[in-house]
Amino acid sequence: MSQKSEKLIDKKGLRLDGRKSDELRSIKIEVGALSNADGSAYIELGKNKILAAVYGPKELHPKHLALPDRMFLRCRYHMAPFSVQERKSPAPSRREIELSKVIRESLEPSIFLEYYPRTGIDVFVEVLQADGSTRCASITAASLAIADAGIPMRDLVVACSAGKIDDTIVLDLMDTEDKMGTADVPVALMPNLNAITLLQMDGILTSEEFDKALNLALEGCIKIYAIQKEALKAKYVSVKEVEE
Amino acid sequence: MPTFFEMKQVVTPGDLIAEDDYIAGENTYAEDNKVYASRMGIVEYENKKVNVVALRAFYIPRVEDIVIGTVVEVGFNGWTVDINAPYQALLRASDVLSRPFKPQQDELSQVLDAGDLIVAKIIAYDRTHDPQLTVGEPGLGKITRGQIAKVTPTKIPRVIGRKGSMISMIKQETGCQIILGLNGIILITGKTPEDEELAMMAIHKIEEESHTSGLTARITQMLSEEKTKREEIKK
Repeated sequence: MSQKSEKLIDKKGLRLDGRKSDELRSIKIEVGALSNADGSAYIELGKNKILAAVYGPKELHPKHLALPDRMFLRCRYHMAPFSVQERKSPAPSRREIELSKVIRESLEPSIFLEYYPRTGIDVFVEVLQADGSTRCASITAASLAIADAGIPMRDLVVACSAGKIDDTIVLDLMDTEDKMGTADVPVALMPNLNAITLLQMDGILTSEEFDKALNLALEGCIKIYAIQKEALKAKYVSVKEVEE
Repeated sequence: MPTFFEMKQVVTPGDLIAEDDYIAGENTYAEDNKVYASRMGIVEYENKKVNVVALRAFYIPRVEDIVIGTVVEVGFNGWTVDINAPYQALLRASDVLSRPFKPQQDELSQVLDAGDLIVAKIIAYDRTHDPQLTVGEPGLGKITRGQIAKVTPTKIPRVIGRKGSMISMIKQETGCQIILGLNGIILITGKTPEDEELAMMAIHKIEEESHTSGLTARITQMLSEEKTKREEIKK
């Protein structure tokens, strides 16, 4: 680990890509990027490029998975073989299976699953290019895709990460910062209900540092939420303005 | 009793629309005396009731609805029909045949086969059972001719228009028969394919511009313009 000695934050307090410690990467969100899915969204968070597609609610196959009192939410997080530096095997890895579960569990509280029992919703998250915090960007995009599919929800879910690099708490980790840093705290939030649906920590933080990281991540969530909401409205409002 | 959005404003899921005295209507939900949106849509107040007119939604079956569906499977004593909803509908053989159904004697696939389109009415549906259809009423049954148009189910009321003004105008202008499935599928049958095409054009225009006002007038204008254009080509 020769790179370990390299500084992640320079003397001016700027990070490798020139961001300040509490600065997000540039975000671009597009709703309805795919026409064949019932709902879809595309997000670019820095160098991350992620597509989310939603199908349903529809009759569930295999049928034995159907639940008598609520919908069955099925998530698949998948990284394209070309999404990382070394070719990744297209078969689902241990990590991808885990992230599928993590994304599903962070989206579940936001959906009125009990409205349409015995049916299923499929959420597909395809990472085209990965650069750290993909789970957060995936959750943000998947939640938009669900809203775009017209599925009734309590709130949108928005996610953001914070972490510790070079003894500083920073917002929105990118790949190198995640790998070389000390800790990573991804957080998913339902902003209007003020409820956290995902909270993980990888690494070592003192309890003060953890509080600071959590609050920073929550602030990041609120910032992303504004962009997320605009993206959802933009799809319909743009149509409106052209005609009026 | 504050409200946080004005009439006709666009809301996204989770937006707090009103507090206290308000009642949650369509596409909203209430929690701790607060009304939130549950779908993306346009806010409408109806006295103390808050409704959100959804911009994106799917069809949910309701008893008495007329729907247009595709037969997907022929079973032992009936058919499974795709009605563009989260649930597949059932059509029983005894409902279609006028005499009692005898499995030994009747070959169901000769009456209706997979891929056939039917106009049907929902006679039973609840959370625990799939919707059940009937074709035993005038106007219902297998579709033999015409063209199918698909629109978002939430836009069907717009195609009908106020007291049916839109749909009766299209029928009159194009001379087509139009059956609206409340599940977003529309059957157009006219004397010539050209008439059907004209009605199809009108319906697609309605879907695209459903949220604008003065639409009926514009559709009427479009139809008459198209008609004169076609007359000229014929000459």
